[in-house]
Amino acid sequence: MATDNVISLENLSKRYVIGHQTRHDTLRDALTHGVRRFGRLFGSGDRGLAAGREEFWALRDVSFEVRRGEVLGIIGRNGAGKSTLLKILSRITEPTGGRAAIRGRVASLLEVGTGFHPELTGRENIFLNGAILGMGRLEIRRKFDEIVAFAEVERFLDTPVKHYSSGMYVRLAFAVAAHLEPEILIVDEVLAVGDLAFQKKCLDRMQAISARELRTVIMVSHNLNSVLQLCTRVAYLAGGRLTGLGAPADLVRQYLGSDNPVTAVAVLADQPRPSYVRGYAKYLSGCLVAPRQLGPWRVQFGDAFRLELRVKVLKRMEFFEIGLSVFSLYGFEICSSLSSWTERLGPTDPGEYLVTINYPAVALVPSVYHLSFGLRSERGLEDHLTEAIDLEITESDHSAKENFSTIHGALAVEISTAIRRVTT
Amino acid sequence: MTDPSHSSPAPPAAAEELVIEAGRADLHYWRDLWRYRELLGFLAWRDIKVRYKQTVLGVAWAVIQPAVQTILLTFVFSKLARMPDGGVPYPLLVLAGLLPWQLFSSAFSGAGGSLVGNAHLISKVYFPRLVVPLSALVVALVDLAVLLVVSGGFALTYGVLPTWHVLLLPVFMLAGLLIALGAGLWVSALTVKYRDFRIVMPFLLQIGVFVTPVGYRTDFLPNWRDLLALNPLTGVVDGFRWCLLGTDYTIYEPGLIVSLAVTLILLGTGLWFFRRTERQFADVI
Repeated sequence: MATDNVISLENLSKRYVIGHQTRHDTLRDALTHGVRRFGRLFGSGDRGLAAGREEFWALRDVSFEVRRGEVLGIIGRNGAGKSTLLKILSRITEPTGGRAAIRGRVASLLEVGTGFHPELTGRENIFLNGAILGMGRLEIRRKFDEIVAFAEVERFLDTPVKHYSSGMYVRLAFAVAAHLEPEILIVDEVLAVGDLAFQKKCLDRMQAISARELRTVIMVSHNLNSVLQLCTRVAYLAGGRLTGLGAPADLVRQYLGSDNPVTAVAVLADQPRPSYVRGYAKYLSGCLVAPRQLGPWRVQFGDAFRLELRVKVLKRMEFFEIGLSVFSLYGFEICSSLSSWTERLGPTDPGEYLVTINYPAVALVPSVYHLSFGLRSERGLEDHLTEAIDLEITESDHSAKENFSTIHGALAVEISTAIRRVTT
Repeated sequence: MTDPSHSSPAPPAAAEELVIEAGRADLHYWRDLWRYRELLGFLAWRDIKVRYKQTVLGVAWAVIQPAVQTILLTFVFSKLARMPDGGVPYPLLVLAGLLPWQLFSSAFSGAGGSLVGNAHLISKVYFPRLVVPLSALVVALVDLAVLLVVSGGFALTYGVLPTWHVLLLPVFMLAGLLIALGAGLWVSALTVKYRDFRIVMPFLLQIGVFVTPVGYRTDFLPNWRDLLALNPLTGVVDGFRWCLLGTDYTIYEPGLIVSLAVTLILLGTGLWFFRRTERQFADVI
């Protein structure tokens, strides 16, 4: 049975019981439920649930295999089970059912800089973090110079990391991790941190790892571009189940398409709100109007568009302003706007209103973006919707000529150039 | 933290298969624990290193605390309660009892709070969780070493010299650590779920310093000896005094055996409970 599968999953499942923790957090609760329950709380998950408990399957019957040398990307929305899967494979948590077999030395990187201590110096943290990630002292010593050079922190080696800038901190942390030499590397969204140049460096290094030495990489990422660039195969999780496995391009398309049902009118009324909003004015729905109707929430690259937002006002506002932000898939805020820069809105009496926002032809690079909305009155923040609507910018005939995949950034800015000879 | 160790940078993998399943007892647990011994050392090193950062007096604190306690306990038991000293200078008697008590309380409170204190590691990285409470024992040992040196100097000013008994000190140090480990395993695993034990622990230690014969000698309390022996630390304290004070101190053997038995029970059940609950730590912590 000399298969080349380094990882095989069979019906892997993980169940969490909600309410468990909050209801029995104190000893008194446990004791009142009797000594037997006390021991049982820790017991393995297969026992029956008491009435009134809500269970939640973070992962349900997931089966697939990973071959040696593959770079498998795992995509899916938040809460789809991606991180749970990585945690099980890293042996941090135990599955409720099913089994996973792993052949080879695993290193997992679920967070950048796990175990970094702010009081310790860069040098000391390299050793500590290395040991936590499973490197031996000699191994760390051997790679020490390389790590320091990769992180570009030579001058600050003997400074406590609490005095580091966040960029330096992340670079140092990733540098240690990048020098692990496992046969299987498990990575969770760690590339989303750091500046772009450093991200590129890390991507290059990861690519080098898998290509050169036939290492296997499993990575979770929200950055679909890096998934497309790096992965040889993609697993697509939704609601804890495996809904697709195959070529990256196909699955990314599937993820962007069917999984996110976008209707012409996005209902905002029942979306969750943070607790700090006042709620005397509330977004009900949003609608997109674009010159070319390519489908709901799709705008062609380089086009201006219009948003129509229905707002319900419950209490008179003397003044209000609308805030709109565009976030990249990385969760980075690309542009933000406030209505008060140009207009004064209000006063408004209770009732329903239609607010129209004209968005200029900002050259967002073709990709998917999240839109966030805010509404503020003289009383304070009335409503706040974060990443409420997904907006897709598609390629235009014009933009198709450019190769957008080579652009690292969110905006494609047209510049005018001229050349003239200055020497003879 | 031995040096010529880690000789396994990417072993020729092939063979070994790791199976992850619900409720599966880890076959390689103890071997993994051995592999992660360097991490154990690093965690202990971190805790020692970090403790005195941004303090003015630094390591001096390791000595000031027990010094104050020695004075206090001497005053209470010798001057107020007029307990017999059996010919040993009372401060030395207290100090010889305080050393194992410090070892225990430092190891116990360190181990007991260790899992919650390292929650960020537990939810992000795999390693045998026993590494964490074990590293607290190493920290306690280092503290004791400092204290032993200072106490030795103090004893010399009284003209008390160590006898051959002192050679057996490591045995009693080990016993003290094992008790701390047993109790610490229970408390640390329970604290993961019930933070109540973080409050209970200092309380236990407060009681412990009196229930344990730190400030008085047991060989002058024949009526209480058997009851005191139920506290396994009694054996350790007696042992320390026997090792350090030489011929002026006798050991009560039946008491020692009881202490040993209680120690083993505590350690055995502690290990059992810890291992049983360990797999859920990351979900609960």
